[in-house]
Amino acid sequence: MSSGAAELEALLREALAPVEPPAELVPRLERMLVSLRELAQEELEGWELSAMRDPRNWVRPAAAAALGLGAGTALAVLRFRTRHRERAALSANLLELAQRTVKDLAEEARRLLPSS
Amino acid sequence: MQDDGQPHSKAELDARFSELYREHLRDVYSYSYYRVGNHHDAEDLTEQTFLQAYRHFERALRESRGRPLRPWLIRIAHNLAANFYRDRSRRPESAIEDAGMISAPHTTESLVEGREELKTVLAGVQRLPDDRREALIMRFALGMDNREIARALGRTDGATKVLLHRAIRQLEGIVLNGSENGTEMS
Repeated sequence: MSSGAAELEALLREALAPVEPPAELVPRLERMLVSLRELAQEELEGWELSAMRDPRNWVRPAAAAALGLGAGTALAVLRFRTRHRERAALSANLLELAQRTVKDLAEEARRLLPSS
Repeated sequence: MQDDGQPHSKAELDARFSELYREHLRDVYSYSYYRVGNHHDAEDLTEQTFLQAYRHFERALRESRGRPLRPWLIRIAHNLAANFYRDRSRRPESAIEDAGMISAPHTTESLVEGREELKTVLAGVQRLPDDRREALIMRFALGMDNREIARALGRTDGATKVLLHRAIRQLEGIVLNGSENGTEMS
């Protein structure tokens, strides 16, 4: 390295000294990070609630609950679950899928309950 | 924390991000400041950098396999700075808004002389092509080594060494002769 280059490097070290961020930037950034964390938490909670509004996510809890209700009910749930794909294919949108799901549930309940 | 060094909960991930933020705030701010040339935009750029980093932190930790995350952070600032100029169609208006304020203290007589020299060097840095200027900022303002700079710029170590060498030669030419071509032989 030439002495000129070495001198220039020394000048560069001085000229490009690290710059301390302004004092007000630190709380501003910390507020931003706290808000992001809170937002992420709210989004997660919101997602869990909205996920349960989607009929496609009812199958697992419904099946879990049904397991305790006896063989007849389990069979009904099995039928109900096997028809899920068919229901989804026939439905143009989520609302239609929900309607078909409710209708199927009602049909299974009718089969299980003794006819009056 | 478990053996793989990766955080296993949101709280741990946030704690790791806070560490990163505290450790490298000055680096990101310095880089931003020398890129945009004023405190106002440097603050915005720093904020945007950490916002972006927070979004992708988990993946970056996983993919870093224990390597330092500073080059990744500076790369984010580098990309955002490029967008900043593209979006606003602007370049730094002056070399640095208060170049005289960042020089080290000197005696009264040498202070003026020192400041002038430093101002000339800073003005020369601003006249360099983007990649050369950025490499010099990373090396001298942030103290990054060749490997770190290479990772931040997405280049090989060899290409980074050449880039730094050429940047210094060109700057030498600008400072000494006012020539953009510097003292490069190529």
